[in-house]
Amino acid sequence: MRILRLLGVGWLYHMKMISRSPFEGFGQVIYPLFFATVAFFVFRAGDSPRTLLYASLGAAVMGMWSATSTTAGAAMQRERWHGTLELLVGTPPHFALVLLPVTLAMATVGIYSLGATLLYGHFLFGIPLTIEHPLLFAAAILGTVLSFGALGFVFAVTFVRFRAAWALGNLFEYPVWLIGGFLVPLALFPDWVRPISWALAPTWGMNAIRQAALGGSSLDDLLACAGLGALYVGLGILLTERVLRSARVRASLSLS
Amino acid sequence: MTSLRVFFVGGRMTYRALFYWLTPQIYIPSLLVAPIFQILLFAYIGRSAGLESDEFYVVGNALQYSAIPCLFAMTQMIGGERYQNTLSAILVSPARRIPLFFGRALPVVANGAFVAAFSLAVGTIILGVDIPLSSVPALALVIVVAAFSCTGLGLINAAVSLRVRENAVLSNVIFGFLLIFTGANVPLSELPGWMATMSQGLPFTHAIKAARRLADGASFGSVSGLVGTEVLIGLCYAAIGYAVLRFMEVQSRRYASLERS
Repeated sequence: MRILRLLGVGWLYHMKMISRSPFEGFGQVIYPLFFATVAFFVFRAGDSPRTLLYASLGAAVMGMWSATSTTAGAAMQRERWHGTLELLVGTPPHFALVLLPVTLAMATVGIYSLGATLLYGHFLFGIPLTIEHPLLFAAAILGTVLSFGALGFVFAVTFVRFRAAWALGNLFEYPVWLIGGFLVPLALFPDWVRPISWALAPTWGMNAIRQAALGGSSLDDLLACAGLGALYVGLGILLTERVLRSARVRASLSLS
Repeated sequence: MTSLRVFFVGGRMTYRALFYWLTPQIYIPSLLVAPIFQILLFAYIGRSAGLESDEFYVVGNALQYSAIPCLFAMTQMIGGERYQNTLSAILVSPARRIPLFFGRALPVVANGAFVAAFSLAVGTIILGVDIPLSSVPALALVIVVAAFSCTGLGLINAAVSLRVRENAVLSNVIFGFLLIFTGANVPLSELPGWMATMSQGLPFTHAIKAARRLADGASFGSVSGLVGTEVLIGLCYAAIGYAVLRFMEVQSRRYASLERS
């Protein structure tokens, strides 16, 4: 119960912080729409049988991923700048429990990006918003947000020793957009790319959202997404132990 | 002589001091790897949608991505003075303003051109795009012109950053507009009329069109009009940027707003 309370309060607190940051707030509103606009124009002009709804869903999840990747990389750096990193590491709860709500809050902001992109496509490009399985669609969004938060958590922990972690976070925006199958079917990629795509929870989250919206079966994709998300959390906890031990040994927690 | 020193030496020193992305930890992921993934992303989206060739996206995105170094570096070169508490010292100095501000733009243009050239070279190799060797010198010139043109826009952005605290957001927004409007990914004929009209006054639009024709084997003479227009657009933005900078300088003296933000 105390763990759930910690996660909940941490999530709420960071949601409030993010919602008051002009960079994150305005950026999350506007930035994904640029890429969505390009995608809408390209798919509308192209001769592909894939529909604009296909592009709209893909562009919407792109926004969700942007909300996580660009900010999660710098999550611990930000604590360092605020002078709160040592205090957080020194608190009795496991540091992973402190960090996880931060990235979950960032991923939650992505729901806004998803909604904004779908509405933007609907009102400006006339893309129909027909969701075949609304409940599964909602579950798919929830599962995808959680798995994005979990992947962001791994990023945040992995990049803790890098002073320019935000640059690495930004770097992972395009590759996941690309090989996550958001706007490009995996079949178009070389064979060696596909196993990498399968190891990414966003790939399965995208599939689940798309299947739920278009009328397919999304449960398998959703389970794979949730399973990978849980795996990321476990990996993140293990990495946290190692990174913190290393930082203590080298006395580099605030210096990286 | 002093103005020449301010232009060349001062510009270079400021660039090294204030453009903090020059560290390999930031430069490599942000300016060398990211543009390659942007090229791949849009080339594959193009394949998925069945619109245009790989060459279209490689050329368009390689040039357009130079907006990132041009916009961000120019902003850091001017707005960064404020964070270092050196802006007031710069503005009370007797140095002439044209060499002072434009000397800072020179390394920005050079770096923007390098990023575009690198992206173009790597993008063509990865996607197997065939560009005639005879077009390379003309393409290099077009890339420099595109970087110059966008740096002009960056100067306006930098001037605004003297009053706006979140200049990174502004740079990202401008980058997003350039992504849509310049024809880097969407053929101008597919954009609504008002967007296509607006694109004629933006950096990159003419340079990208010229570069695509050169990549198809056209001679430099056949695209010289496009290149000339791009230069003209760059000069207009640079002139406006300079005027806005001077205006902000006067305003900041009048209202004591130099260190306010």
